Amino acid sequence: MKKLLMTTTVLAIAASAAMADSVVRMGTEGAYAPWNFINDAGEIDGFERELGDELCARADLECEWVTNEWDSIIPNLVSGNYDTIIAGMSVTDERDEVIDFTQAYTPPDPSVFLAMDSGLDVTSGVIAAQTATIQAAFVANAGWTLIEFATPEETVAAVRNGEADAVLADQSYLATFDGQDGMVILDRMEQIGGGVGMGIRESDGELRETFNAAIQSMKDDGSLNALIEKWEVSSTWQ
Amino acid sequence: MFSYCADPSTLEGLTWLSCYLTIGKQISFYLSFFTVLALLAITAPTALAFGFGGAMLARSRIGPLAVLGKGYIAIVRGVPDIAFFLFFVIALDQAFEYLRHKVKCPDWEEPIRQGNDFIVCQAAKLPLGNAPQWVHETYGFFLAVLTFAIVFGAFAANVLYGAMRAVPKAQLETAEAYGMSQRQTFWRILVPQMWVYALPGLSNLWMVLIKATPLLFLLGVEDIVYWARELGGTKSPRFTDYPHGDWRMWYFLVLLVFYLAFTKVSEVVLDRIMKRLTHGQATAGGEAQRKAAA
Repeated sequence: MKKLLMTTTVLAIAASAAMADSVVRMGTEGAYAPWNFINDAGEIDGFERELGDELCARADLECEWVTNEWDSIIPNLVSGNYDTIIAGMSVTDERDEVIDFTQAYTPPDPSVFLAMDSGLDVTSGVIAAQTATIQAAFVANAGWTLIEFATPEETVAAVRNGEADAVLADQSYLATFDGQDGMVILDRMEQIGGGVGMGIRESDGELRETFNAAIQSMKDDGSLNALIEKWEVSSTWQ
Repeated sequence: MFSYCADPSTLEGLTWLSCYLTIGKQISFYLSFFTVLALLAITAPTALAFGFGGAMLARSRIGPLAVLGKGYIAIVRGVPDIAFFLFFVIALDQAFEYLRHKVKCPDWEEPIRQGNDFIVCQAAKLPLGNAPQWVHETYGFFLAVLTFAIVFGAFAANVLYGAMRAVPKAQLETAEAYGMSQRQTFWRILVPQMWVYALPGLSNLWMVLIKATPLLFLLGVEDIVYWARELGGTKSPRFTDYPHGDWRMWYFLVLLVFYLAFTKVSEVVLDRIMKRLTHGQATAGGEAQRKAAA
């Protein structure tokens, strides 16, 4: 009996130690509504907050949320300041060389232009995009005139004050500005990016598999689609 | 915060503003002013200590120590601030973790650098991976203090080094003639008199330090600039009860007023300190004070 008691105590301590080690720090930007943003109470909110909390619950992980500048979001992941990036980050080959991605949780969606003039020819205009995004890389590769900004907010402000003719970004982000201050979304769309996934350190294969399984289970029971529809972030999975 | 704030969309004017200015996010903005003040309050004396140490090393008679002090001054002053703040902090953090890793996990076999990844054992993480968020934030804050202190310490060292050499040699010779040892001459004659020569340079540094605090934001500390940018950004009614357009200009205007007021107060205080330090000194200022009193 005594021995049994001892074993349970040891087990309990071991379990609590394992629990204590399993705090997963989720890194996000907090400036990209509806994906992730800071709500009125000063907390991280949005599609990815809800998704991340649900994934952690399914994977039985304790998770903590951290905000980080977009510019340095990858360097801080690889140096271990947090364990995942969940910040509307599209899976690309360039990023995949530095970090690993889970399977995508939203399907690839076209990017759109937001401009003051609905008849704008984007090939000859000045296009704003956030630094180190797929959209910035796309505009640079197309050989158009590109101006980059550190935050999404500044890219839209650049169109509003005339510094840029249009901004190229995810449809879900620009949709909230459509019709505001005379800005409109153009008909032209660009098919770029390969879906949005969570960024994980390359050496963290186990964590990646855990989240892969959790994302799969949310895809299978339809709760992921429900969440996508609720926040209007992208098209749904078929 | 107030009971009438339950449905802000029905409010107008000052009532709306009183609700808006008391939401959680705004409170974080107000608190971040204290973060900046705390940073200044801790960094200024630390940087001065670094500067004093650097200056003492630089004028040391022992060759290697003098090289160390002069090297510190020359290298840190030469590196652009922004490079220092972007790379040094990550490097400093990794250096701490590397040392702890060597001590705490001696039988760890995997390499610390795996491709791009920097991996130390769980026990060596700083702060520990399972520490609450405020510990992480405090750690980040002190990394920032240390970085500021090292950078500004180098400038302060140069100022103090110059000030120590500006004290009239006759004063030091007199002290020696009275039989004071080198150490006594240094602490009793040189140090009390050098401040008057150092203060103009140090006050410059203080002003620059005040204006450099927005660099905190580069270090991941959520300071006033971060919150001004976040709160000022356009808010769509879908995601907030208090939608508004691009208000960054107003928020940055608040920051402008804060910084101007703060530098003005600093100038007044520094002027007073200068007057006090000049008192009885063998300088033109001290002489003028003596004549005015007589």
